[in-house]
Amino acid sequence: MSSIPILEARQAQIHQKGTQPFEMDCGKHSLAGSVSQRACVFCGSRVVLYPIADALHLIHGPIGCAAYTWDIRGALSSGPELHRMSFSTDLREKDVIFGGEKKLAAALGELIDQYRPKAAFVYATCIVGIIGDDVAAVCRKVEQEKGIPVLPVHSEGFKGTKKDGYKAACDALFKLVGTGSTADIAPVSINILGEFNIGGEAWIIKKYYEQMGVQVVSIMTGDGRVDQVARSHGAALNVVQCSGALTFLAEMMKAKYGTPYMRVSYFGIDDMAKALYDVAEHFNAAPEVMARTRAIVRREVETIMPELNRIKCDLYGKRAAIYVGGAFKAFSLIKALRYLGMTVVLVGSQTGNESDYATLQDMCDDGTVILDDANPLELSKYIIEKKADLFIGGVKERPIAFKMGIGFCDHNHERKIPLAGFEGMLHFAREVHNSVTSPVWQFAPARAAVLESKKEVAR
Amino acid sequence: MKSARKTETYTATQNACNLCAPLGAALVFKGIANSVPLLHGSQGCSTYIRRYMISHFKEPMDIACSNFGEKTAIFGGGANIKLALDNIRRQYHPDLVGIATTCLSETIGDDVPMFIKAYRDANPDEDLPALVHVATPSYQGTHMQGFHGAVRALVETLAEATSRNERPAVNLFPGMVSPADLRHLKTILADFDLAGNLVPDYSDTLNGPLWTEYHRIPPGGTPVAALRATGGAAASIECGLVLADEPKTAGTWLQERFDVPLHRLGLPIGIGQSDRLFQVLSKISGKPVPEKYTARRGRLLDALVDGHKHLNGVKVALFGEEDLVAGLAGFCGEVGLVPVLCATGGGKGRFAQAVHKVVPERYHDQMQVMEDVDFVTIEKALEAIDVDLLIGHSKGFTMSRRLQRPLIRVGFPVHDRVDGSRLLHVGYRGAQQLFDRIANTVIEEKQKKNAVGYTYY
Repeated sequence: MSSIPILEARQAQIHQKGTQPFEMDCGKHSLAGSVSQRACVFCGSRVVLYPIADALHLIHGPIGCAAYTWDIRGALSSGPELHRMSFSTDLREKDVIFGGEKKLAAALGELIDQYRPKAAFVYATCIVGIIGDDVAAVCRKVEQEKGIPVLPVHSEGFKGTKKDGYKAACDALFKLVGTGSTADIAPVSINILGEFNIGGEAWIIKKYYEQMGVQVVSIMTGDGRVDQVARSHGAALNVVQCSGALTFLAEMMKAKYGTPYMRVSYFGIDDMAKALYDVAEHFNAAPEVMARTRAIVRREVETIMPELNRIKCDLYGKRAAIYVGGAFKAFSLIKALRYLGMTVVLVGSQTGNESDYATLQDMCDDGTVILDDANPLELSKYIIEKKADLFIGGVKERPIAFKMGIGFCDHNHERKIPLAGFEGMLHFAREVHNSVTSPVWQFAPARAAVLESKKEVAR
Repeated sequence: MKSARKTETYTATQNACNLCAPLGAALVFKGIANSVPLLHGSQGCSTYIRRYMISHFKEPMDIACSNFGEKTAIFGGGANIKLALDNIRRQYHPDLVGIATTCLSETIGDDVPMFIKAYRDANPDEDLPALVHVATPSYQGTHMQGFHGAVRALVETLAEATSRNERPAVNLFPGMVSPADLRHLKTILADFDLAGNLVPDYSDTLNGPLWTEYHRIPPGGTPVAALRATGGAAASIECGLVLADEPKTAGTWLQERFDVPLHRLGLPIGIGQSDRLFQVLSKISGKPVPEKYTARRGRLLDALVDGHKHLNGVKVALFGEEDLVAGLAGFCGEVGLVPVLCATGGGKGRFAQAVHKVVPERYHDQMQVMEDVDFVTIEKALEAIDVDLLIGHSKGFTMSRRLQRPLIRVGFPVHDRVDGSRLLHVGYRGAQQLFDRIANTVIEEKQKKNAVGYTYY
């Protein structure tokens, strides 16, 4: 095996638990030329706002940013599907010289007339500020003309990291919050934040809460609607999933409307149950909520248990690597994998902060590699060294695993299968099982030796 | 024949039928041996492009980025290029780094050639990789301009006036075709006993086997030595009917600078365009067309005759890259398929003419040719006309589903099938596969719609 070099400037972002004092140098701008797996500010904003299905999403800039994000995620809608279209002002050379404001105004006018959206989001891409376009002014003008909210999203790709894109999206959402009626909102009510309805996950979660007797005022942004966002300040509690994409909004709503928030995760049995119990506990003035919650958890766990137990037999002792966007998801995945009898040998995230990495360090076994903002070479090096049987990541990580004969589970936004909720745990286990137990790995040269040595050990 | 362009009056682009220039350049640089593409712009540029290409090629896709921050946009990207080059060299030990700009670095006016010179001057004693720069502002042209621009930049930077070899060498600029196409073209060159400089050649780098050990850069690709040797080739062949009118290409540069004769052909799709390629190769090599290919051509013609009734008069809509669509339109005209709509997101004002040239005149009054259009415009046009089949890339699926017409997947991207890299379009074998797939689809549709359930067709 030829050794894969690690850049010196990257070494403070790679740790192996138990080998050195742990201090992750995270939250940094990615290193030029390191081939980061991260995207940009625009990506962060697009991820958050994308599932709002009755809004117009207009990307102001040259064509690339719109083309690469056309119908990119399996964020489902129960009604309108305007979010699945890709709209761009498609700036050309002369716009770069003379400015793109006129095109932006024309595009907004044309598209609003054609599609009658409930609101419009205008995403600023890299060059918009540089060519001097006043996007906010154009948005204000069109808003007056058309009578719908037209919201600029300050998502110039280079102005920070993906997290700054989350913030820009939350800023845009926050302008909608508080503009709708809060009539018919019960005291036991929540907003589900940071759930994007990939493969219908938000519907699963919403069903649980509703069965508990909790009213779901809005989901941000899965199967999202502008009117729901507008009246979300009427909910009694914000329940925030994901590592901070929507935490910015929860913070702002807490400051302005006094809405408390709690962080949850819907992946894995433990975290899913905790997400329901925590909400029930919050509404302990209504004790019947907790009683119903217990019944739901019992029912759901009993439903999935028989098949999960069968799957566990095949997965026991297998080794997994995790590289995901947000660290919060990694926490849940570690627990879920352990539940399946698997060991986690590598875990990393694109956007984790210091406290996230401290938590990961606490959770992991000695020898586990923990990485921040990794690149393909680092990931390859450690999945090989750690003899992983499975890699959990997104599309960009998939070929790295496959070339080396390692199974893969897509846990990113392109997945089509719901992995959240109790039934999601079963889907997750099936996904992992499907890849890990395939007979094809016997033909992978890099794996043959590893598999053989494991057989020896078993004997 | 009607033709239309979108930009005559401005409208927003809805579901684009093209990608941005840096993608095309990155793809070319992925086809050079031991090379790393470097996009000079925001982190998202490389990440989105990597993701988009991985879903098609299903291979590792390391594309570096100079990763602009706010300060970079104010002070320029010189320091970032330097740092990126240092880090790429440390991690990948490449023979070549292909630097493509983006809308951001072009708009702030970064002088990349100057940065490269400064980098060379600062590292005088080191064995540097070849550094090739191409300007690919995303607001100019499409991914095809990025592709052809990068091919030109490679030979412009590296070609040398080497002496002509005893074994005649030919430069083949195949255009944006599949790994299977590239592999087939290499076999054809070898069968003519020609030393070929195929630029680019991502047949192995983007369609390789499983690995025994990890490769920092996937094996394969056009060697840098072959790029240098392009100046001494006996001839250049450039494929693409629209490209053939482009005044500044790799081929024209080699012709002007090194007197390398240039043959400008279409993509060798279908019988006539493949024949032209074989004739040119025969002329350059001084050898007759190998028997293997005349036999294959014979079997192809036999198959066309056997199945001609299935295709004659069937109306198809073609969409995708301008040269691919023009090539396919020519093939359609040869087998009786009526290309009622030919559409591209690119075109540069020369698309209609190129399509015109290769489709028999008798079809012209049934044809609509559109360039610089998006999918919403294409779909609207198709709603108004009668069409049986769609032929194009995966992004036409949405339209195919709504129109309830089958989509035969060709070109790039193929994101919803497993065989994007293995699709063969070129040569007699490519024509055979296209013919078979189209005819089988027509039969399948007949079977689906027929209540009897015939088992003979």
